[in-house]
Amino acid sequence: MSVLIALVAAVLVSTGTWLLLQRRLSRIIVGVGLLGHAANLLLVVSGGRRGRAPLVDLEGSGAYADPLPQALALTAIVITFGITVLLLGIGFRAWQVDQDDVVEDALEDRYLARRLEVDPDIADEEQAERAQAIEEGRA
Amino acid sequence: MSTLVPLPIVLPLLGAAVSILVGRFRPAQRLISLVTLTAVAVISVILVVEIESGAGIVVAQAGGWPAPIGISLVVDRLSAVMLVTSSLMLLAVAVYSIGHGGIERTQVGFHPVYLVLASGVAASLLTGDLFNLFVSFEMMLVASYVLITMGGQPERIRSGMTYVVISLVASTFFVVVLALLYASTGTINMADLAERIPQLPTGVQTMFALALLAVFGIKAGLFPLFSWLPDSYPAAAAPVTAIFAGLLTKVGVYAIIRTQILLFGADARPAMLLLVVAALTMAVGVFGAIAQNDVKRILSFHIVSQIGYMIFGLALFTVAGVAAAIFYTFNNIILKTTLLMTSGLMEYRGGSTRLVRLGGLVRTAPVLGLMFALPALSLAGLPPFGGFVAKFSIFDAGVGSGQWIVVAVAVVVSLMTMYSMNKIWAGVFWGEPEQPPEHEPRRSGAFGGPALMVCSTAALVVLGVAVMIWARPLYDFTERAATELLDRRNYIDAVLRGGR
Repeated sequence: MSVLIALVAAVLVSTGTWLLLQRRLSRIIVGVGLLGHAANLLLVVSGGRRGRAPLVDLEGSGAYADPLPQALALTAIVITFGITVLLLGIGFRAWQVDQDDVVEDALEDRYLARRLEVDPDIADEEQAERAQAIEEGRA
Repeated sequence: MSTLVPLPIVLPLLGAAVSILVGRFRPAQRLISLVTLTAVAVISVILVVEIESGAGIVVAQAGGWPAPIGISLVVDRLSAVMLVTSSLMLLAVAVYSIGHGGIERTQVGFHPVYLVLASGVAASLLTGDLFNLFVSFEMMLVASYVLITMGGQPERIRSGMTYVVISLVASTFFVVVLALLYASTGTINMADLAERIPQLPTGVQTMFALALLAVFGIKAGLFPLFSWLPDSYPAAAAPVTAIFAGLLTKVGVYAIIRTQILLFGADARPAMLLLVVAALTMAVGVFGAIAQNDVKRILSFHIVSQIGYMIFGLALFTVAGVAAAIFYTFNNIILKTTLLMTSGLMEYRGGSTRLVRLGGLVRTAPVLGLMFALPALSLAGLPPFGGFVAKFSIFDAGVGSGQWIVVAVAVVVSLMTMYSMNKIWAGVFWGEPEQPPEHEPRRSGAFGGPALMVCSTAALVVLGVAVMIWARPLYDFTERAATELLDRRNYIDAVLRGGR
């Protein structure tokens, strides 16, 4: 594997991971895309040394590049593409719902983090508002 | 015989395509789903009968290309039993969803996506090619991403997003592992890999075993990779939760069993790690379940806890252990699907799944009580139910291998499972609701729900009882499956040398 491609894969993985750990859905989607690119790059590289002919030449002599990893990478790219579109759809829906694309923790988790009891007397929406208020320091 | 093998994958895909075309015509969509899934169930039963009557491992080479070049589809006893169980679950939940009337009635896309899920599950179970396993998983998962967020309610979007992103990270990691495997062995056919991996240095082999375990561990919900599961499953619609709880994690378990046994020799398998992970998965899952106060969330944590038992059986890598793991897996698929289907009925009947908002259903819906009690007792492992046979064979295998500590953990976890099932029973069926339900409870006779929902759930309860009655022949079958799996030559010869 050439050092350049290894470096590119490393950069893609690190930026992808960083983006994935963000709270905003739009960043997460870009992060997933970058991670997918890194994985596909590794697939292409797994075929062997660079610089070989892409096709078998007419005489049938000489080394040529292994076609299988390219086919695999192509399949993986199509899957990544489809999933990115789906994620964008979900992200758009999340934005439609509350004009924001921040992924929030589950209600139970937020209560647990603050060591609060979930109050069974009040509805979930109210509890969510209460948790929000506490997190923003209003209560 | 091998012409039948691709059908469980192809038929649902064709059905999905036609189902999209007739999207505006709901009865046609329903007919297509039911006919296709029935056909798949019949085909998988024929495959089991064929294997049992002496055909051995049935292999189909896609396009007629011989093994390492083409894509192999392989049916051995393990994939056959998983295929039969999952196709029956898919059929039952399809009927259930028609009776439920939620997203099945409001969303044009439900039936096509459901059929793609069925196809993905079948492909994951049948494929003999590691990259194809990735593609099959993606098919199954993409369908599940759509199903879990279907309807677009804020809660579903939020929890669905967690599920999607976690699964995507696992899939990306899977591609990386595939690239590394191909770079070091030059093949992705599983039988071929099984021959070439032992030639790698032991450290590299163990690295691959661990990497594949991490990939499938996320999908199966192993400790410490399970936290997405109890958060996301309960938010989906009732039929979707039922089929996810029954199938998706177990397909992950199937992939763990298949890859760890087939691809790696005894010295490269992380047996000790698997034992520790199994014990922790059991314990953490059941502790999580005890702390919950919502039927769906309790049952979702139990999915995690039960996965621990299966991994415990596998981690022994003995015939008894693996046989017990297989028995446990298919029995658990039936039980978990049934329990989540009854939780959907409770929601229908009581207007909520929160324990404080439910109560007294044993008087108003006694049949529902019975349909919950039988699988719940079986899940807790009370004799004489199927769950008892499954647990007992796991304990027996564990004792046989001298793993006393993990057996002790498993026994204690069983008791705690019993406790949390009692908690559901006391909260839902006894007493009075302390809070008003979120939705208006719907009344429909003593059965506690629409006829189709009740009948499909009842059919699965009967299936669970059938496992109890025919426990001996079924256990013998899984023992043959385990023997066949552990002697890896069977699989390798059948795929690479066409030796049927």
